[in-house]
Amino acid sequence: MSEPRTLLAIDKVSKNFGRVTAVDRISLEIRENEFFALLGPSGCGKTTLLRMLAGFETPNHGRILLDGHDIARTPPNKRPVNLMFQSYALFPHMSVRANVSYGLEMERLPAKEIRSRVDAILATTELIPFADRKPEQLSGGQKQRVALARALVKRPRLLLLDEPLGALDRKLRGAMQLELKRLQHEVGITFVIVTHDQEESLVMADRMAVLRDGKLLQCDTPHAVYEHPADRFVADFIGVMNFVPGKATADGVKAADGTRIVGTVPSPLASGAAAVASVRPERIRLFPSPETANRIAGTVEALAYHGLDLQLHVRTALSPKPFLVRVTADAADRRPVSSGDAVELGWDAADVRIFAD
Amino acid sequence: MVSQIRLRSSLLMAPALAWLTALMVVPCALVLALAFFRRGIYGGIEYTFTLENFGLVFDPLYAGIFLNSARIAGTATLIAVVIGYAAAYAIAAAPRRLQPVFLFFAVLPFWSNYLIRTYAWIVLLNREGLITQLLRWFGYTGEPPSMLYTEGAVIAGLVYNYLPFVILACYAPLSRLNPELAEASRDLGASAMTTFRRVILPLTVPGIAAGAVFVFVLSIGNFVTPALLGGGRFQMIGNLVYDQFLTANDWPFGAALAMALIAIMLLVLTAQALAADRAAGRAAEAKGGADG
Amino acid sequence: MAERSPATRRTLWLVLSLVFAFLYIPIAVLVALSFNQGGLPTVWSGFSLKWYASLVGNAAILSAALNTLIVALVSTAIATLLGTLLAIGVEIRRQYGSGLEALIFAPMIIPDIVLAIALLSFFSLLDFTLGLHTIILAHVVFNLAFVCSVVRARLKSFDWSIVEASADLGASALTTFRRVTLPVILPAVVAGALLAFTLSVDEFIIAFFTSGAGRASTTLPMQIYSMIRFGITPEINALATIVMAVSITALTLSQRLNRGVIGQ
Repeated sequence: MSEPRTLLAIDKVSKNFGRVTAVDRISLEIRENEFFALLGPSGCGKTTLLRMLAGFETPNHGRILLDGHDIARTPPNKRPVNLMFQSYALFPHMSVRANVSYGLEMERLPAKEIRSRVDAILATTELIPFADRKPEQLSGGQKQRVALARALVKRPRLLLLDEPLGALDRKLRGAMQLELKRLQHEVGITFVIVTHDQEESLVMADRMAVLRDGKLLQCDTPHAVYEHPADRFVADFIGVMNFVPGKATADGVKAADGTRIVGTVPSPLASGAAAVASVRPERIRLFPSPETANRIAGTVEALAYHGLDLQLHVRTALSPKPFLVRVTADAADRRPVSSGDAVELGWDAADVRIFAD
Repeated sequence: MVSQIRLRSSLLMAPALAWLTALMVVPCALVLALAFFRRGIYGGIEYTFTLENFGLVFDPLYAGIFLNSARIAGTATLIAVVIGYAAAYAIAAAPRRLQPVFLFFAVLPFWSNYLIRTYAWIVLLNREGLITQLLRWFGYTGEPPSMLYTEGAVIAGLVYNYLPFVILACYAPLSRLNPELAEASRDLGASAMTTFRRVILPLTVPGIAAGAVFVFVLSIGNFVTPALLGGGRFQMIGNLVYDQFLTANDWPFGAALAMALIAIMLLVLTAQALAADRAAGRAAEAKGGADG
Repeated sequence: MAERSPATRRTLWLVLSLVFAFLYIPIAVLVALSFNQGGLPTVWSGFSLKWYASLVGNAAILSAALNTLIVALVSTAIATLLGTLLAIGVEIRRQYGSGLEALIFAPMIIPDIVLAIALLSFFSLLDFTLGLHTIILAHVVFNLAFVCSVVRARLKSFDWSIVEASADLGASALTTFRRVTLPVILPAVVAGALLAFTLSVDEFIIAFFTSGAGRASTTLPMQIYSMIRFGITPEINALATIVMAVSITALTLSQRLNRGVIGQ
């Protein structure tokens, strides 16, 4: 497989509103045909970055290169980039068909071509039966598909999606996540999605960027971000993580009570510096074998079934918060535990991630 | 982007703002200036600075007319608020789907011609009008009562003309009132009357205030109602201003009277705005206290 | 609201009936008497349309009606254009000073008599010839404020992202206005225009002061006022009925176009 081509390069882009810096020297590259997620808590700058890609904001510094051309100052109606708005922004006075045709009419395409392209996209998005309805007669999921069809029909080089699933209920959201993936595959357009929902980006994205306070913290595949978070914030923001605060040593972290957590210490961390060791709940085993690197005693405080697995809250001397442990239902059946039981937790040194605190 | 928006919005606003400036701000400033000049011997204006006109406003004769206007406007406001609040309450208590219909018909007369609505009261109140005829029908044989050209007629006309607005202003907060508040009050042991006094009334005061200010401001500067229903005998400020400009030909004094009228109006509006701000501040404080 | 006792409910219905009687009896009497055969303006003596017929033959009333129509149409057209642009300008800027708010609000609350004398002083200082054109200039002042407030009310719930969506899909600013913004706010613009038209048709004092002497620029309300001053006649009843019917039709239409406008 050849190296994927870079479609969009964001080059040291900054944007401030008065004294507030919304986006701070962000550089990243988005590849052709990629499903890319911009993830971060609200106020992290992801929406501002997206609006700069769409052309509704102009960066104060930096370049935005699309196919090698700087589009940072191109007005929104002149870029081959389309945005699917968070509110969907459907034209309330136009039918579904008129909404979808609008963008092609702006390109002054022949009526025949407009018709066939609109028909095709309405079929892809399963909107044919609703073509003559007004937006107010549609459900949330249908509106979302119209917004998507309206942007896709223009065959943009880049499709931007601003919290596309935010307005949908939980169940529909799950279905639409897969639907979006399928559509992206089918139309072969690069998608950039903005979301605050880490689960959503893990499920959908090929690669993701995690932003905080206008800065880029990490940009990688979901797997890499989940397994090797760049810092403590990313570790905490993506998925669930157990943290043990303490001091860095040569081969791990020494907790306040003297317990040593064994793991690989990242190079910039000096011995004795404040550090935090972390481990994912699913990496922890109950009743580990004696040779397990990290073992610790605790008491089960609460447990909850989640279908396939069982979640335990285990109180230990290591951290003020109880440990969260996920064991498979099978394992739980083999050796049942209940609230109040004394247990031992264990995990391997390879599963420990250590960050500066 | 921001500066672009500013520029574009300024361009859009410019024609209208220019119109308002040329034909409202400048003429009103002119009236203010006029009030500081002297009346010429043959009418007209003599351009020498004087404060006489404002002094004359406080002359017992004219100050009396101001007080009279304030009394008439005040009485009309009080009556309109009582009737209007009761009507708004009844509309808010009606079945949901009927409320917009009632409201529409309550407001409809407000938008028909003011002169004609006032004229309708001449038809009712004149010596051979409907009321006299009703009295006759009930067997009354004496002199027809004189109802037209009384202060009562002026007040009735003002109440009639501005009542719809009070109904609207009071209906808004009443319809937004959470019914569970009244139920909670009853649940905590309050009588219907106490619930009204301690819960419903305080929560709907802003609407009452808005309606009252509107009626008062429009009444005190009114010209048509006192002219037609008061028959010229019950002069209000509006008529006085009219006379200075079209009969007495003393424009500087008329201008001073108009400015005094504007001053009263601004005073009332400012008082209401301040009261509303304070109420909003109290509400925010109460909310902050609950949150903290 | 909570369950009410039958007695309370009866009281509330009684209040409503009395208020509606108070509001509509004077108008109803007026309308009924406009169909009165006899010459006495307030005593019923049989059905007739003769007063309407006599209106048609009254040249003064017809010319006044024509003047009113000219004033109302022209001032409404100007006010609708200016007021709509003003509303959009104010709302896209969003942060506006209270000075601007006061300036836009002022024409709606300033006493008519004050604006009337102010304009009269202004026009006479400039040696402006008074006539229909000066009435139009004056009427635009309050009409544009009302149009602006109706359109702004609609813009408060306007989803500005559809304007961005239109740009995103390739439309220029002008195309966006023509194809997206205007169609969406059009009902409010028309409602504002109808409201302005009604206000202009009904306005008396400002027209009276800015029309100058002479019959040529007498408007219908001025004609009605002088007729009322002269004495009550069945003809006024008929004229009043027609004028009311026109205003009420215009407003009902405006209300239908823009639900809740009258509530502003």
